[in-house]
Amino acid sequence: MSNGTAVVGTVSEPVAAPKSGFGAVFMRSEPLRGYTLLSPTLLIMAFGICIPFAILVTMSFWTQHGFDFDTTLTLNNYNTAVESPVYEALILRSLAISGTCTIVTVLLSYPMAYYVAFHVHRHKMIWIILMTLPFWTSYLLRVFAWKIILGYNGVINSGLKGLGLIEQPLEFLLYSQSAVVITLAHAWAAFAILPMYVSLEKIDRTLLEAATDLGDGPVARFLRVTLPLSLPGIIAATLIIFIPTVGDYITPALLGGPDGIMIGNLIQAQFGKVNNWPMGAALAVAMMITVSVCAVTFMLVTRKAKEHIA
Amino acid sequence: MSEVSYIQQRNRPLHYYALIYLAFLYIPVLFLPLFSLNDSIYVAFPLKSFTLKWYEQMFANEPMFAALMNSVRVGVATSILATFLGIFAAKAVTRYRMPGKTPVVSFIMLPLVIPGIIFGVALLILLSRMGIKLTLLTVTLGHVLVCVPFAMATLIPRFEGFDKSIEEASADLGENMWWTFWRVTFPMVFPGIVASLLLCFTISFDEFIMAFFLSGTDPTLPLFMWGQLRFPAKLPGVLALGTLILAVSFFVVFFSQWIRTRGMQSFTPGGD
Repeated sequence: MSNGTAVVGTVSEPVAAPKSGFGAVFMRSEPLRGYTLLSPTLLIMAFGICIPFAILVTMSFWTQHGFDFDTTLTLNNYNTAVESPVYEALILRSLAISGTCTIVTVLLSYPMAYYVAFHVHRHKMIWIILMTLPFWTSYLLRVFAWKIILGYNGVINSGLKGLGLIEQPLEFLLYSQSAVVITLAHAWAAFAILPMYVSLEKIDRTLLEAATDLGDGPVARFLRVTLPLSLPGIIAATLIIFIPTVGDYITPALLGGPDGIMIGNLIQAQFGKVNNWPMGAALAVAMMITVSVCAVTFMLVTRKAKEHIA
Repeated sequence: MSEVSYIQQRNRPLHYYALIYLAFLYIPVLFLPLFSLNDSIYVAFPLKSFTLKWYEQMFANEPMFAALMNSVRVGVATSILATFLGIFAAKAVTRYRMPGKTPVVSFIMLPLVIPGIIFGVALLILLSRMGIKLTLLTVTLGHVLVCVPFAMATLIPRFEGFDKSIEEASADLGENMWWTFWRVTFPMVFPGIVASLLLCFTISFDEFIMAFFLSGTDPTLPLFMWGQLRFPAKLPGVLALGTLILAVSFFVVFFSQWIRTRGMQSFTPGGD
């Protein structure tokens, strides 16, 4: 204990608790001790999340005056956002792009998650690490890789030209909405796999055997047992891709061109070149509300659908 | 064995699909190293001759080195702070019965689903209203908020993975709370802590959006790269830099996942 005295010396509340007073209450109340231990993290997260969002919402009711703000609360920013067709078009386009990307990613990733959950028996961990590894690498670089591939003189165009298949570079590849969808689908794929894999892995295999014993073929078994039971994973994957991609601005900025600009680029511009922070805040709030409405609607619809099946 | 065989039977098409899927996941990224070794400032086929000159130029690039050091500093500070907060939270969540635990944990996990741009501008507004100058410290603050959920998600399975009674035995034998943590809990969750440190470092090191809004005059490495993208002549240099970053990230993440899952198996045999 010689080198431990320093540590012990700092302890105010030994485990052999006093039998009365505050100490006893503290030691006997499990929730209290738990929350005390949790409090540093909880407080920092609470300050770090709630206060910035409160001030974001507040600022969305202000007005920009040159380099200063008029702090009188008005709905002007929201009126502008609603009246101007540009904002509405951009929000709708962002929802469409990230909606498409979400559907594509979930559809393409589901079989992969299914394969690893049901058909990989040895080295499963390696497969899982391989599937999720790209997700931890630089998002910027993954997006950038697609710029190299789809570019005017990029991998695809110069490759096809070298093979003599095309004379002129295909211009539709870069700077289009499809370029944004492809890139986002690739960048978020790893995010989609994990929740679906987890819910597929959790399925009790005896249920599948029971379904087979009761006469279901592979397709019926999949539709009636596997798919409904993996629905929570599909829902999680959908939300986990849809929510952040709506506000993405790196991919549209690098690959979208004028037709592929999304609401995120406009918000970023308000805090940069345009220098209208309150308008940017209002757009951010509007986007958050739109995304939340979409997400909640989606959850309600899937829940209803699930009840309908069951 | 025939009862299970129909579930476990091989599915060739699915197997090929999985391989194609993995290829789709990795091939785009592999073009970065390929063209970083190509002796041409144009990123296009056919490949010219092999060269290492982009790497040589990169190592002579001082602003890049400054950005690299900035990123390392932010990454180290972020990973230590986030993991520290994660340990407290993971221990509290796994060891105590608390009313309202689920909503509280969901709240801490919120940064996972908040779009980066919204979180970024919200923090930017707060900092500017408080009159705090944007520096690497503000970037670190943003990164800690982003990383705490990841640290917690990495650490909680570790705390759940070993028997609570070992800690109780230590307490019964007269060790106090802190000493028990240091001599019993800490060694048991150590692989989780290493994994959390490494993951948080990588996330911070690669993070762009928060850094974009919260950094002052000192750029982090992703911001430096973003700035370079405007100059076509600098493209091969960016490719060389990107290749190095990818290599380091891949190695660090693979190592962290390996250490995390390996340690788990030795504690809970048969579990995953």
